[in-house]
Amino acid sequence: MPQFLSMIWPGRATSRGKLADAARWHPLEIGFWVLALALLWLLPTRLLLLNEIAILALFALSLDLILGYAGIVSLGHAAFFGLGAYIAGLLARHGMNDPILGLLAAGAGAGLLGLLSSFLVLRGTDLTKLMVTLGVALILRELANKFDAITGGADGLTGVTMGPVLGLFEFDIFGSTAYLYSLSVLFVLFLVARQLVHSPFGLMLRAIKGNSLRTSAMGVPTNLRLVTIYTIAAAYAGIAGGLLAQTTQFVSLDVLDFHRSADVLLVLVLGGSGLLWGAIIGAVAFKLMYDWLAAITPQYWQFWVGMALVAIVLFGRGGLLGLAGMLRDRLRGLGGRA
Amino acid sequence: MLTILFDGFAYGMLLFVLACGLSITLGLMNFINLAHGAFAMAGGYLTVVLMNRYGVSFFLCLPAGFIATAFLGAILERTLYVHLYGKSHLDQVLFSIGLVFMAMSAIDYFMGAQQQLITLPDSLRGRIDLFGISIGVYRLFVIGICLLLAVALQLVLSKTRFGSQLRAAVDDPRVAQGLGINVNLIFSLTFAFGSGLAGLGGVLGAEILGLDPGFPVKFMIYFLVVISVGGTTTLTGPFLASILLGIADVAGKYYMPKIGSFIIYTIMVLVLIWRPQGLFGRATAR
Amino acid sequence: MTPAPEVPVLETRGLRKAFGGLIATNDVSFRLPAGARHALIGPNGAGKTTLVNLLTGVLQPTDGRILLNGRDVTTLPSHRRVQLGLARTFQINQLFPDLTPLETLVLAVAQREGKATGWWRPVGRRGELLDEAGDLLERLGIAEERDQPVATIAYGKQRLLEIAVALAAKPSVLLLDEPAAGVPEAERHQILDVVAALPDSVSLVLIEHDMQLVFRFAHTISVLVNGGLFMEGPAAEVARDPRVKQVYLGEEPVYG
Ligand SMILES: Nc1ncnc2c1ncn2[C@@H]1O[C@H](COP(=O)(O)OP(=O)(O)OP(=O)(O)O)[C@@H](O)[C@H]1O
Ligand SMILES: [Mg+2]
Repeated sequence: MPQFLSMIWPGRATSRGKLADAARWHPLEIGFWVLALALLWLLPTRLLLLNEIAILALFALSLDLILGYAGIVSLGHAAFFGLGAYIAGLLARHGMNDPILGLLAAGAGAGLLGLLSSFLVLRGTDLTKLMVTLGVALILRELANKFDAITGGADGLTGVTMGPVLGLFEFDIFGSTAYLYSLSVLFVLFLVARQLVHSPFGLMLRAIKGNSLRTSAMGVPTNLRLVTIYTIAAAYAGIAGGLLAQTTQFVSLDVLDFHRSADVLLVLVLGGSGLLWGAIIGAVAFKLMYDWLAAITPQYWQFWVGMALVAIVLFGRGGLLGLAGMLRDRLRGLGGRA
Repeated sequence: MLTILFDGFAYGMLLFVLACGLSITLGLMNFINLAHGAFAMAGGYLTVVLMNRYGVSFFLCLPAGFIATAFLGAILERTLYVHLYGKSHLDQVLFSIGLVFMAMSAIDYFMGAQQQLITLPDSLRGRIDLFGISIGVYRLFVIGICLLLAVALQLVLSKTRFGSQLRAAVDDPRVAQGLGINVNLIFSLTFAFGSGLAGLGGVLGAEILGLDPGFPVKFMIYFLVVISVGGTTTLTGPFLASILLGIADVAGKYYMPKIGSFIIYTIMVLVLIWRPQGLFGRATAR
Repeated sequence: MTPAPEVPVLETRGLRKAFGGLIATNDVSFRLPAGARHALIGPNGAGKTTLVNLLTGVLQPTDGRILLNGRDVTTLPSHRRVQLGLARTFQINQLFPDLTPLETLVLAVAQREGKATGWWRPVGRRGELLDEAGDLLERLGIAEERDQPVATIAYGKQRLLEIAVALAAKPSVLLLDEPAAGVPEAERHQILDVVAALPDSVSLVLIEHDMQLVFRFAHTISVLVNGGLFMEGPAAEVARDPRVKQVYLGEEPVYG
């Protein structure tokens, strides 16, 4: 391999091996966050869309923690998203307007639900996992629908007014505070997740996903680990939901809908699961696709979602990031032969 | 009270016909087909079109719904599903949800989002008094057909050569293959047949369950509960589970309208706590 | 040999396991003294793996008790028994296909050290864990493959990794379920050498079909037939016993 190529794509590292490099920041990663921040000034007219992307990315990141790392398939991840949204929305509606406190409450509430439901989710086979995750989301939706005196039911929860973030930044109609706020939350939680997945705890999740019989035989309380990550992921999703409620100042039953759970699955596999960055890339791609396709045929957006799911399974596992990796390897192969 | 029991029974029987195909394909190939409800929807809409546009008799729609969806199932199985057998449950879930979404929007596109109504033939309408219970004729008809089907299925499974091959394949596909049983063929046939049953269930259920593009998603949880509770190794398990679910659901919604819709979730949770492997039969998906 | 101390490191009392009508483990009572070099032999389907699964908590016995260092562990989950010093290898590899050998062993070491819940500092910066895992890799001769996904490394090396993972737990009792199963003749000795080199502080139970290897390794032997203990005793005695040959030649088992 020529010198310059090996500088761009360092091959297998020496001494402690790849492992030591895995957690190191890649320049592209830093570039991404700088760009994301710069968009605040570069795209001042699309901040509402960018805000939604950041929230969706956080939601997908949460799913990645349980699906991509721990291998738990969920058909109802919207349960936590929706619960977080309602908690944050209701708090703000009833006078507790501090965004950060609201988010913490949303995360705690959703995390608690995650903790409680995890014991059911982790009990059975994949089939029962699907049933329980779907069921929990349906129960919440039914509850939100029945208790319309509190939640506003089908009309949605209005009157959500937010105080300034950290007492300093008022929300504005252009969405610049909203975007900056969501992006900051996403960034912090991404950092935490990044540490988490490279830590022994995170690596152990991948091990459990690979072979839980072996982890048990290694002395690992496998279920406890899964309960932990399920709870953390639920809290993440709750915070994402809370962000949506706070930045759009509205909550509707839609936050608990089945399509939301399915969409986030698509986002994750579209970007590439088990990579963290897949969640973010997927969210960007998904929202751009939505922006484009929904403009042409707004009614039949769902059809394209379905088609994308089928196509990804049949042709492109690994998602966009997998594709990028393949391209890179191909290029590297060319470089090696040159 | 007895009327409720009866309605619940009819509802449960319907669930059984809708879900049993799914149970068999899951048991046979360990394949989770969340798009099963889409076949039922196809049967239902076929009926709507045939009856409302072409004036075909409801009684003809029953076999038509079965044959058309069975055919559809066979085609999709050979062209698409066949690529999914070795894949992970996640892939199967993504794939079948994708199909559901496509089916839902296609129906929405061609038929609109509204609830579809069919007019049952006069002979099936009204109520009769049976042993002092007032019974809907159509409910009776549904129970009759479904019972007939259940018995026929049981006979096919227990008495025919195909049935014994199928049972062997469900028990252990690899061993069955080793015994010279063509597991792939069996699966194709079963898949088509199960889809057909779902389609027939869709025809029968159009009036009772309601029919709109959201059908496959709305009933997904019911199917999952039926096969989780009932298991996939016998037909009796899903049968009993369907009846239990049907009666509990109908009774719950009647007596406790405010919380009745939570009954099936309560059942789901209780069963999971009490017997994670399902009430009847051994573990479901391997 | 040192005389066996009072309390055996591992003991079963009337252990039974039924799979439906099939009795896979039938009233097995045996005692494993500290420092044992014990072999468990028996024809295919005799119930050897089932016994290991019962001992390690993968399966729950239908009846009977299991004691580890004198403590009743019958109802403890697998991972608790490992924490109490009971480790095993699997007849069929149970590894993490996507992880590398180094990652696998780092996790095993971290778990033993109680550091597996650390959630901030990356694995790659935990020198103490990496060093110990690296040493293990060296010792078992799989250092070259340290950074390749386990699924891609040679089968024989996977077998060695299987042992390394068990060793990383620093067990006091190690159950080896056909550690050389499926390994080509030439490499089998390498694996058995690793086993033979283990210190006396580890009590060993080896399941193995190759009688030559068994007699080279074991001081004592139990023979399992149809789920029941057929006979047990010093290796030389078992080797001489005509009934054992009979069992292995596939004739009707003789019940003693
Ligand atoms: N989970 C199970 N369910 C039902 N039967 C089982 C199960 N596990 C093992 N068996 C049966 O129990 C018996 C003992 O099996 P086991 O694997 O313990 O034998 P083994 O002595 O380890 O054989 P081998 O030398 O081939 O490894 C066999 O008849 C096997 O088919
Ligand atoms: Mg064995």
